[in-house]
Amino acid sequence: MKTWPLGATLVLSLFIWSFTGSTPRAQQQGGGAARSARDQAPMDLTGYWVSYVTENWRYRMVTPAKGEYRRIPASPAALPLINAWDPDADERAGNQCKSYGAAAIMTVPGRLHITWQDANTLRVDTDAGTQTRLFHFSPRAASSPRSWQGESTATWEQTSGTEGGGLQVVTSNLRAGYLRKNGVPYSESATVTEHFDLAQFPDGNTFLLVTTTVQDPVYLTGPYVVSPHFKKEPNGSKWDPTPCSSKW
Amino acid sequence: MLIKVVARSAVVACAFVALTAGNASAQFDFVGSWQPIASEDVQNDTLNVDYLGLALTDEGRTRALSYDESQSSMLERQCRSWGTAYGMLGPFGLVVTSQTDPTTKQLVSFTIAPWEDWTGLTIWMDGRQRPSEHALHMQSGFTVGRWENGAIVARTTHMKEGLIRKQGVPLSDQATIDWRFYRHGNILTVMMVATDPLFLAEPEVVSKSFRLSAMPLDYRAECVVAFEGKEPGDSVPHFAPDENPFVTEFMNLYHLPREAVLGYAETLYPEYRKKIKDSYVPPPACTESCGAAGNFVLRR
Repeated sequence: MKTWPLGATLVLSLFIWSFTGSTPRAQQQGGGAARSARDQAPMDLTGYWVSYVTENWRYRMVTPAKGEYRRIPASPAALPLINAWDPDADERAGNQCKSYGAAAIMTVPGRLHITWQDANTLRVDTDAGTQTRLFHFSPRAASSPRSWQGESTATWEQTSGTEGGGLQVVTSNLRAGYLRKNGVPYSESATVTEHFDLAQFPDGNTFLLVTTTVQDPVYLTGPYVVSPHFKKEPNGSKWDPTPCSSKW
Repeated sequence: MLIKVVARSAVVACAFVALTAGNASAQFDFVGSWQPIASEDVQNDTLNVDYLGLALTDEGRTRALSYDESQSSMLERQCRSWGTAYGMLGPFGLVVTSQTDPTTKQLVSFTIAPWEDWTGLTIWMDGRQRPSEHALHMQSGFTVGRWENGAIVARTTHMKEGLIRKQGVPLSDQATIDWRFYRHGNILTVMMVATDPLFLAEPEVVSKSFRLSAMPLDYRAECVVAFEGKEPGDSVPHFAPDENPFVTEFMNLYHLPREAVLGYAETLYPEYRKKIKDSYVPPPACTESCGAAGNFVLRR
């Protein structure tokens, strides 16, 4: 009888642990009455966010010179395409959204509106290019045709020795597009891995940091990593949808 | 009786779960050598007048325009080293070590080792108090950090006045730098937010990624003072701010708007892109130094 409290405590601890799981992923894999991704969210990404362009300004705020691809590990196969970039031809072919695909859209200056489309799908709308990205936390049955935004699978990450937690999104099934406005290409074999992190600062600003790794066996010699950041806005009063443009 | 025992045990169990879950999910391995991934430009071509992506106050801009890089040839300034912010702006990687209390084995600090021309950064993780606001300011400042939601959150104060760009953009001794260190697999992303009531109209935000290196990195090198043409007692090289001869160099090279190159706050937001849409003329096609390793090489 005297040993009961310790034993009970341990048993109850394990019992509670098995339900709390200590991590969203554990909850997701635990079966039973699975909670939705929205319920498990360790951070609130919803709301309006504006690009705060303090890096790569010359590659993002204006269209760089034709043929320039500094900071991008472009492969030899990419060079002919870079030098042949023709925005008028893209426009005529209806490809004016080539620089608004998933591998580049977060670096295009503009605003994001992030909402939950349903309990297991996070939706990201952009006013620049009026694109919509859907981050699916649930497995998808059938693959859809290739698109600018591709197919995105999302997971809440568990903090570990090599992982800081947060949201991971992996996107593939892309239409070939441009990493930059001036035609630096990525192929339809590209995969985009993004990590979304939030940072709140003492001055009241909240930033969203999107560490993005693009891997492309065709047009890149190695991973291309950028980390655009966004500032939280109180509402959507500055939301200004504009169509895709291959020239601007 | 049984109900009482179970209830008491449940309380203890819940407390145990809460405490252990919090600790287990709080930290990643920060120690190691991290190679820079140079895929984002902050300093562009390091031309003399390039304040792209900065939001300067008028005073900050005036000070920056008065800077002459020959100042670094003065004997007394050659080894003063760059301030804390340069750790994210410079070209090198991060060599991170940890220091623990020999008795308690608890973490005391992380140290990012200095380079030849950078002071390094010590992040005190043991909850110590900041020094008095009147305490001595150092090039490296004083940095206190903690774990928060799987990231290292830190703040640097007590810096000496220095530069936030090598081209002479100043950062005052009243500035603070907030840091976030995130790890995702073998990628470490550092977010630096510098705030300065004197020289920055809005925070300077730099987010830079590093890749874990299998080989240890070592950037230690001795700073050597040598005669570079400036005699002791010479006046400090400078320009009158409105007579800086390099003010149009970067603008002309890339056809960039004046207010963007001179660091006006409005240029950091998407609205500005729309504003210049009809006036911007792209530069002619690139013919040299166009590729991935083209930094620090002028395309003329």
